[in-house]
Amino acid sequence: MTPVFFELKNSVVGVAGLGGLGSNVAIALARLGLGRLIVADFDVVDTSNLNRQQYYVDQVGMPKVEALVANLRRINPNIEIAGHQVRLTPENVPEIFAGADVIAECFDRSEQKQMLVETVLLRMSAPIVSVSGLAGYGRSNDIVTRRLSSRHVLVGDGVTAARPGVPLTAPRVGVAAHHQANAILEIMLDNGRKRVNRSWQ
Amino acid sequence: MKLIINGEEVSIKDGLNVNQLLVEHNVKMPEMVSVELNGQILRRHVYETTQLNEGDKVEFLYFMGGGGGAE
Repeated sequence: MTPVFFELKNSVVGVAGLGGLGSNVAIALARLGLGRLIVADFDVVDTSNLNRQQYYVDQVGMPKVEALVANLRRINPNIEIAGHQVRLTPENVPEIFAGADVIAECFDRSEQKQMLVETVLLRMSAPIVSVSGLAGYGRSNDIVTRRLSSRHVLVGDGVTAARPGVPLTAPRVGVAAHHQANAILEIMLDNGRKRVNRSWQ
Repeated sequence: MKLIINGEEVSIKDGLNVNQLLVEHNVKMPEMVSVELNGQILRRHVYETTQLNEGDKVEFLYFMGGGGGAE
């Protein structure tokens, strides 16, 4: 096993929200060979989700947690997955994502995004990768990854909210989700380098 | 004094606290915005008592909706 894959095998990532961002992020991480995923969402799969989220027609009506865990296991049966079908709150976030090396903010509504970012940064020690501004068409290169601090990476164009006439589309949501997964990979590899450096000292 | 706000250098009058900066910088709906100062997120109740200093890095976090499960 190469050091990179060893590091990933020993990493734990929390994914908060399993919609367009979360379902894509989780699948990218499963394909990378992550050790353990903690996934949480309260919702069920709806037909309107299928234009951009990683679910199938025969999964409509299933809890997203259950559907995504099934899809992830088909990709990578070796991954450990903890699924939580709950609505995330400031009270349960630290408990549910305890032990995560990094947390992905994959929510829809701005107030939920804010709640998660504030809860993780104020009450936990793991870094968070959040997303703001991914609706609409085109402008792939306006979606950027910015490292705001040692614990907060922000992905998005920073301005384009979903609203009537500015829908969420599979390609642009996918661009943002994979920026997010790539930032998570970078954090996990950084953690690995730090561990290696410590063991040399 | 000069601050770095969301990555850009901005000149702003001296001696402001975070609440005053939100007003001065014309931040709409400040309750929907989180503030990071030099890489640390701030609790809302310290905005009034947190003075800004030359060269501080301030990040106003605007959370644009979209990306989760809703239609």
